[in-house]
Amino acid sequence: MPTPKPEALIEPELAERVVERALRNGGDFAEVFCEQRSGFSLAIDESRIERAQRGGERGAGVGVAAGETTYFAHVDGLAEADLERAADAAAAALDSQHSEHRPLHAGEPPALQRIEVDPASVAAERKADLLRACDERARSAGAEVDQVMASYAESRRLVTVANSEGRFASDDRTRVRLGVQAVARRNGSVETGFETLGAHRGFELVDGGAGEQIAERAARVALTLLDADPAPAGAMPVIVGGGFGGVLFHEMTGHGLEADHIQKGASVYEGKLGEQVAQPHLLAYDDGALAGEWGTDAIDDEGTPTQKTAVIEQGRITSYLYDLRSARKDDVASTGNGRRESFRHLPIPRMTNTYIAPGEATPEELIAGVDDGFYAVSFAGGQVDPTTGDFVFGTSEGYLIEGGKVTRPCRGATLIGNCLEALGRIDAVANDFEMKTGFCGKGGQRVPVGTGQGHVRISELTVGGTAVG
Amino acid sequence: MATPHPIDLESLAQRAVDAALSAGAGDAEAAAEDSVGREIRVFGGEVESLSAAGERGLGVRAWIDGRVGFAYGTDLSGDGVTAIAADAVEASRVSDPDEFAAAPQPSTDAAPAPDGYLDPETAAWPTDRKVELAKAVERSALAADPRVVAVETAVYVDEEVSSAIRSSTGLGGSYQASFAYAYLQAIAEHDGCKQTGLGFGLGRSPAALDPEAIEREGAERALQLLGAAKPESRTCPVVLDETVAASFAGFIGGVLCADAVQRGRSPFADRLGDEIASDVLAVADDGIDLEGMASAPIDAEGLARGRTPLIEGGRLAAYLHDSYTARRQGDGRRSTANAARSGYRSAPSVATSNLIVEPGSASLDELLAAAGDGIYVTDVAGLHSGVNPVSGQFSVGASGILIDDGALAAPATEFTIASDLVSMLSAVQAAGSEARWVPFGGSVKTPPLLIGEMAVGGS
Repeated sequence: MPTPKPEALIEPELAERVVERALRNGGDFAEVFCEQRSGFSLAIDESRIERAQRGGERGAGVGVAAGETTYFAHVDGLAEADLERAADAAAAALDSQHSEHRPLHAGEPPALQRIEVDPASVAAERKADLLRACDERARSAGAEVDQVMASYAESRRLVTVANSEGRFASDDRTRVRLGVQAVARRNGSVETGFETLGAHRGFELVDGGAGEQIAERAARVALTLLDADPAPAGAMPVIVGGGFGGVLFHEMTGHGLEADHIQKGASVYEGKLGEQVAQPHLLAYDDGALAGEWGTDAIDDEGTPTQKTAVIEQGRITSYLYDLRSARKDDVASTGNGRRESFRHLPIPRMTNTYIAPGEATPEELIAGVDDGFYAVSFAGGQVDPTTGDFVFGTSEGYLIEGGKVTRPCRGATLIGNCLEALGRIDAVANDFEMKTGFCGKGGQRVPVGTGQGHVRISELTVGGTAVG
Repeated sequence: MATPHPIDLESLAQRAVDAALSAGAGDAEAAAEDSVGREIRVFGGEVESLSAAGERGLGVRAWIDGRVGFAYGTDLSGDGVTAIAADAVEASRVSDPDEFAAAPQPSTDAAPAPDGYLDPETAAWPTDRKVELAKAVERSALAADPRVVAVETAVYVDEEVSSAIRSSTGLGGSYQASFAYAYLQAIAEHDGCKQTGLGFGLGRSPAALDPEAIEREGAERALQLLGAAKPESRTCPVVLDETVAASFAGFIGGVLCADAVQRGRSPFADRLGDEIASDVLAVADDGIDLEGMASAPIDAEGLARGRTPLIEGGRLAAYLHDSYTARRQGDGRRSTANAARSGYRSAPSVATSNLIVEPGSASLDELLAAAGDGIYVTDVAGLHSGVNPVSGQFSVGASGILIDDGALAAPATEFTIASDLVSMLSAVQAAGSEARWVPFGGSVKTPPLLIGEMAVGGS
């Protein structure tokens, strides 16, 4: 099957006129970002299908850069008059001579992700049935499963970017995501389990039983936690689970490697390019081209093709993550990390799919090496201050490790620490690599990101729980 | 501005309602919104970015025999409106019927005057003056203390929004509102230790913002944490500053929404009338306070908003309702007009408007003295992952200053505070005398709070 080619939302001639118009009062660089997005979502709660929602938007953002300043305006609609209005608003604050631009050049169209079943072509009733099946599967996991909430969401984003450096590129992005939350109850105690499945793929992702599996997993977590004790508090060795455990690396290293933080002196990784920050076995990437993954696109939101960027090799920092603006500042090429939530936002350096490459050991071997410690299977999320490097993670499923064995489940544990310290204490990575999906917020913009790793061992980290020893 | 031309939002909403009825809806409701805004980011004395935003859109809710659907879009041409309405009707056909789902009915309450929420100064200020304000925030922070080495971002944002609602049951209304806020993230450095501090201000227009107060707060918050160390793990009294108290108040407001209660996902379910907090605590939801950034004369269903006491004298006085949860509750319960939506892209659901935690009589020094030995918590992190709203349990990252013998002592960072919302409410021992509006946890006005006991996880 030949790879489908993305269709441009506007003609190159129109794009060129808009770029030219944006530069009429001067500026070093101008771009127009056009977007058409449509989506459908549905949920089940109390075993009833609800919150059926459809939506769509079409619009454009025009940016003009002059010196250190970017002027930006966005409009609804993609008609020529709309685009002109955006160009005029962006150019309004400038009062210099007309700047030249390079003629647009549509390069080789990027390879799109393979979408086997366009979710928009699947009847809504089948999506409702998928949610009913998830509900049923989660409830059948145990009588103590008291509530199940599941949601399905699909989206398609067509984008076309043109800029004064001659770039003209388009992308066609289809994403599907399913999330299931189960609540289990016993006497006064109530626990939740949450699991998601998402990708830059079509309806085939959740079809054929894959959706029901995550429903069962969410229910099992909630049931397991019913037997949980309060988590311990204090510093101890920690094993972090594969897959969404990678959000730890995303927060404690990925954000600090985004070039805008570096250039503002707001990252603990500033000036550390080439330096040893982790043990020599550690290898990590940001890869926006990873086939079918949640954080994958053909081009970033500035038209730069996405790529695989090694950020840590042999424990040394090998690259920061750049968009066009920060790349220009450091006189390097963009790494394809210029992303934006929508046409209403300016692009900024963002992660795509960020992961620690698999190691040699098995997860069991990692755990066997811990006498007394904590096993964080997965997280509800996390947060970092890139300037200080302080981070915090809420665990959604955790266990005690006693004498090299996983023993009792623990509830309510938070992991807290400092990036550079914790990164240097990763002393082993297991071979059970897995990618998971999430949304990352930065500067008020939310974008889909992938996180991944095998099991990871950190020789010491602070666990904040309610049990005070 | 990037807005094409003025538009009659009320007739747009009415056309959408008519289109949904024509497409087969039994009842329909439409909300139309038109906004303009600016965002100015300053770094290193220069404008880093200046954004002008114009946005208008339409959201339509349709009911067919207890089935509800929602659709939104930005194509406001005749065909566009018809398509959005048809999408809402189509979406409703996928839903399962719910005996309590029906279009909201008008009440006899008169909505407050729809003015006072829009400050003409927001539109009147030229962009240059707003840029100058953003620059002033950054500049004075750097001049305040040599240890303030940088400002990561100084940001100014404002927005004016017009909103109109119409329903086939005769509900409707419109209003305009404006807001402006500015914040900065200051970076302080000393002896190789870096700390950051957030300063912010908010109001209905840039005229309400004091750049010096914003920078002073950011600089002070960063400076006071220099040299911070990890405290020892223990259980001790904790004083939450206004920003931290607001974040927790937001969670408490969330679990007092009837939706969470009826679906069995609130630690405060079946507790109406019970003593759930110490008697020093009083909390209300106020949808019309002119100082509240979430205020409006009507809610997202077009009902007249007001004030709902939630916790009075320590007792749980009410849950927050929209039309659906009120009908589901039965017993003649009425909506508290707490239907909210985040713009035209989302269907209405129950949410807090402005949460007001009533101030007490103690000064901050008196709260610290009463704490004795404990921690003054000035920042929390990881709230979205660290609080379980179903069980109420939480463990979040924190930083602040140790309280030693009733007075502030050494700074502390990299620790966690843990408890659960139910225990925390009953452990509130005193509320400070000075309340402040905080844009965290929604829109919250709260004083600092003294909590008798919390688990601190450190070294």
